[in-house]
Amino acid sequence: MERSNVDITKLQIGFGGLKVLENLDLHVDASEFLVLLGPSGCGKSTLLNAIAGLIEVKGGQIRIGDRDVTWAEPKDRGIAMVFQSYALYPRMSVRKNLSFGLKVARTPQGEIDSRVGEAAKMLRLTELLDRRPSELSGGQRQRVAIGRALVRHAGVYLFDEPLSNLDAQLRAELRVEIKRLHARLGATMIYVTHDQIEALTLADRIAVMQGGVIQQLDTPKKIYREPANRFVASFVGSPAMNFLRGRIVRNGGPAFIAGDVRFDLNGYAFRSPLSDAPAVLGIRPEHIEIIGSDHPSAVTARVEMVEPMGADALIWCRLADGTAFSFRADADAKAGAGDVLGLRFPAEAFSLFDDQSGQRL
Amino acid sequence: MRLSLTSKLSVISALLPALMVMLVVYIGATSWTAWMSLTNSRMLPNNNFVGFRQYQLLFTNDRWITSVHNIIIYGVLFVSLALLIGILLAVAIDQRVRAEDTIRSIYLYPYSMSFVVTGLVWQWLLNPTLGVQYVLRSWGFAGATFDWIVRPETAIYCLVIAGVWQASGLVMAIMLAGLRGVDDEIWKAARVDGLPKWRVYISIIIPMMGASFATATVLLSTAVVRLYDLSVSMTNGGPGIASEVPAKFVMDHLFERANIGLATAAATTMLVTVIAVVAPYLYWRARKGEVR
Repeated sequence: MERSNVDITKLQIGFGGLKVLENLDLHVDASEFLVLLGPSGCGKSTLLNAIAGLIEVKGGQIRIGDRDVTWAEPKDRGIAMVFQSYALYPRMSVRKNLSFGLKVARTPQGEIDSRVGEAAKMLRLTELLDRRPSELSGGQRQRVAIGRALVRHAGVYLFDEPLSNLDAQLRAELRVEIKRLHARLGATMIYVTHDQIEALTLADRIAVMQGGVIQQLDTPKKIYREPANRFVASFVGSPAMNFLRGRIVRNGGPAFIAGDVRFDLNGYAFRSPLSDAPAVLGIRPEHIEIIGSDHPSAVTARVEMVEPMGADALIWCRLADGTAFSFRADADAKAGAGDVLGLRFPAEAFSLFDDQSGQRL
Repeated sequence: MRLSLTSKLSVISALLPALMVMLVVYIGATSWTAWMSLTNSRMLPNNNFVGFRQYQLLFTNDRWITSVHNIIIYGVLFVSLALLIGILLAVAIDQRVRAEDTIRSIYLYPYSMSFVVTGLVWQWLLNPTLGVQYVLRSWGFAGATFDWIVRPETAIYCLVIAGVWQASGLVMAIMLAGLRGVDDEIWKAARVDGLPKWRVYISIIIPMMGASFATATVLLSTAVVRLYDLSVSMTNGGPGIASEVPAKFVMDHLFERANIGLATAAATTMLVTVIAVVAPYLYWRARKGEVR
């Protein structure tokens, strides 16, 4: 199977006077699983549709497998696509849905049969081949849609929020199936979603988008651990990252002062030169730990509420100045509303952002 | 479910008017018509039972036989042509053309006209001495001939032309609503699959529009059965009896020729034919509903 890389340079897309994407660059390696992640209206679907050739671009270049396809028809780009609403042909059987495109393209019948058989086997559709889409469940329909993409033997597979119409359990199942498929085929895949869990679980690299701009393009681990700006930090992660407002001071070792609480910044890897300035401190709930309140570096906080989450519990607290935050603790941690806890905020897990620009410091 | 007496009463009193209309107007009038067709009533109804004598007369009546022939020709051509042209117009408008609203209104406009007006307009247009033929000849096409309306063997096709002109816009509106209901992603999927547009319409989109086709076909079919005014205003059944239709046969015999017996026999025959067509369909629908 062919595996194509995708190169996008200075891509511009607009509708009328509205600019959706401007000078966007993106490189996807062959066999890579790239996820475009962002809230609705961030331009991620627009970008995917542009790669597929379903919308016209105003400028820039799209290359797939080292071939300039900026103005090529979708069918000539060596791509296949899976849609959110499945977009199956409703009056055709599953077999016909899989084979129709090949038949119209005058693929030899033997070749069609073997490709359909192979895709059906891979996606466990063999039993369903003679059914109509209306006789299938949502999960089965989406598997058929994936099958219809697979039989094209494309160099790049595009997924436009393929799991958004499914319920939570099916979504988790199909997510695993897509990941398995990628591991097995080693095909290039570009996957659009607004669900950060999907992005973190599936991607080799994630491109977090907002306002038509790629905010950060990195591995899931980096995106999660070292978000490049406040938007990425707040969009990725559930429960969400805590943000505390305050200022950085250099006096007596670098520290972050929020209200009258001092957080030691020794161990934080600064990206930019250190200076006294207002900033925002971000920390993920799972990085805060309970230590004794008599511990010298402990930050004291009052528990407001406990949310049991099964495997662990989310504890909502307030600092002395009223700033609210949450952290993850053992499911059987002994904490109840009103308790005062001593907490450790490890500097190496911090993310500091500029108060004005929101960029990581 | 058991209802209290008062709520039962209110249910009954709410249903009563509709029930009365149904019993008296539909069932009552229909039964009376059927009964009349078994009598020898002429100008005034009487109750002299003559068995199926009127039906024997009916099916040896040239005018009735012509009417039946005509309605079959008209029915098949009118329904299929109106569907075909309607869907073509809808597909044309579906291409995101400019001034879509205006064009849609123009297409739908004929439907707002009564059959009588439609008939008159087309009578003039098709009249060889002042319509299309006259215009073509005055432009210099001396041999141009378009005289279907005055020739007995083609007059019925003139009714088809006028009927299709009037009804295609309605079919277009129904079909366009169906086309617009198609998920945009199906179009995208078809483009990625590399299907040509006409192929998408024929193999994917039109098969999806069963409900729109059913609606349009039912509306067109009722128009076929009640075809009367178009024949009256365009050709008045002529030339001779060449464009007679069953509904006109009934009206003429009922009110002009003072032959209630024959008219009601014709009306009953029409009813039985419609039932014979509709009943199997309803039965099939009901069975399908049970299976689900």
